[in-house]
Amino acid sequence: MSVPMVLAEGVHKRYGRVEVLKGIDLEVEAGQVMCIIGPSGSGKSTFLFCINHLEKITAGRLSVDGELVGYREHKGRLHELRDREITKKRQQIGMVFQHFNLFPHMTALGNIIEAPTKVAGISKAAAVKRGMELLDRVGLADKSRSYPSQLSGGQQQRVAIARALAMDPKLMLFDEPTSALDPELVGDVLDVMRELAASGMTMVVVTHEIGFAREVGDSLVFMDGGVVVEAGNPREVLANPQHQRTKSFLSKVL
Amino acid sequence: MSTVQPDGTPLADGPGSPEPERREPELIKAVPVRRPGRWVATIIVLLLLAILIHSFFTNPNFHWDIVFKYFLDGSVLTGLVHTIELTVISMVIGIIGGVILAVMRLSSNPVLSSISWVYIWFFRGTPLLVQLLFWGFIGALYKTISIGVPFGGPQFVSFQTQDLISVFTAAILGLALNEAAYMAEIVRAGILSINEGQMRAAQSLGMTPFLAMRRIVLPQAMRVIIPPMGNETISMLKNTSLVSVIGFSDLLYASQLIYSRNYQTIPLLITASLWYLIVTSVLTIGQFYVERHFGRGSSRELPPTPLQRIRRMLFTQHFVPDIPPSTQAIPTGEKGGVR
Repeated sequence: MSVPMVLAEGVHKRYGRVEVLKGIDLEVEAGQVMCIIGPSGSGKSTFLFCINHLEKITAGRLSVDGELVGYREHKGRLHELRDREITKKRQQIGMVFQHFNLFPHMTALGNIIEAPTKVAGISKAAAVKRGMELLDRVGLADKSRSYPSQLSGGQQQRVAIARALAMDPKLMLFDEPTSALDPELVGDVLDVMRELAASGMTMVVVTHEIGFAREVGDSLVFMDGGVVVEAGNPREVLANPQHQRTKSFLSKVL
Repeated sequence: MSTVQPDGTPLADGPGSPEPERREPELIKAVPVRRPGRWVATIIVLLLLAILIHSFFTNPNFHWDIVFKYFLDGSVLTGLVHTIELTVISMVIGIIGGVILAVMRLSSNPVLSSISWVYIWFFRGTPLLVQLLFWGFIGALYKTISIGVPFGGPQFVSFQTQDLISVFTAAILGLALNEAAYMAEIVRAGILSINEGQMRAAQSLGMTPFLAMRRIVLPQAMRVIIPPMGNETISMLKNTSLVSVIGFSDLLYASQLIYSRNYQTIPLLITASLWYLIVTSVLTIGQFYVERHFGRGSSRELPPTPLQRIRRMLFTQHFVPDIPPSTQAIPTGEKGGVR
């Protein structure tokens, strides 16, 4: 029995008095693609941010590849990790944001080689070579010297995916990667993600693209009000939702 | 452009016009609206300007001969060099101090952010002149400065404050520490102007907050920081004239020394002012290029340098759209979705 890539047990997250996550239990096996759907404000994105410790969980346990996120367990007590240890773990988790968050003062290639050269300490020549391969993989080899403001939203998001892949992550998190895109640009981004899934990458995707979830997802999770309402095989959940809330949500988006 | 039918063949303008697609459209030639008010205003302003310029040349009290006699005078030039030295050193220390104070102010450590707040409160809240006098007479307040165990412990080395802090050092301390307080607020505004998503993206790639600040946030914040920083530098250039109160010989002080001997007050003040104007002009040009450097990627086209503008005027014909500067890749293809 292999260790799951992501394991959440009773994960809670509270901002002051507002409880955003009210006990999430989820499991993502290595090489699988989990899609999370749900109305806005349901805590999907917050859960994603918790996985790479951009948000701290307030209760429960969350581990990636068998190691706790943000803590070390020693003699039955939890110890907070140092900044350096946290950043080390973040390097193994790629993240793609709804609004791309490319660095606007750097070219597409500059965005991609920034972390490998400054964080991982790879030589510039090697990083450039790998960066060009990644740009080619997302179909933007000719845009290496363009600044983000010169690229369309779809191109920016593909550069952002290449940037995350440049650190050779073992897990990729996608936070509504196509929500900020014009409809005709969504396809290109989904194609890249589809290819990535086919290559065996473990992915957690918060999305509104039901078609993508059905086609690519190994599991589908419906979240609402900070809890997992329903989870299972995407085709079964979408075809035959068990809960009233899932049914009413799907009737609105499908 | 001519109209094209769905099947791709050009739409004929009518019988007997075999080559319709290459015809230039007839340009509009309309009678422009007359604007007499504009003309009147222009004439009044130009007239006033002419009167002013005329007075410069005819009023003997300006003593232009004296102005230019002292323009390259040794002591004036030495004063100018001192003024520039003070400006540059104080600004460099002020900027570094400002960045440190701004980061402290934004830090989650309450002690650091409070100390930064108190520093800014104090140095912005007291007149620069008072601060300069204070540093000038620091020797009266602390007779010696020692390195050793604090709170009454043994001391290893001890200096006379007067020897350690010269007039020049006092001037730098006064100007730079004051500047740091103002720069701190400018830098803080710059950092706050950067979307939080940039920090998150940097951290998600495994950058430490320090590296993310240095490589991602600050370079972008520079775009917001530089225009007020240019202002500060020009203010600083002129504020250096305050150091004459502690007896440091800057440009204005050198001029004052000369007119206290020959009583040509106005001409020598003009001499000094001309130099201040010249240095300010150089700084303004410098600011343009620094802004251009940090503007990379912010807009799709950088503003052309004066040289590029001249070249374009010479080599670009009418009706040909502007050629984007060669420093930029030209976006092609894919339409829509561009911010």
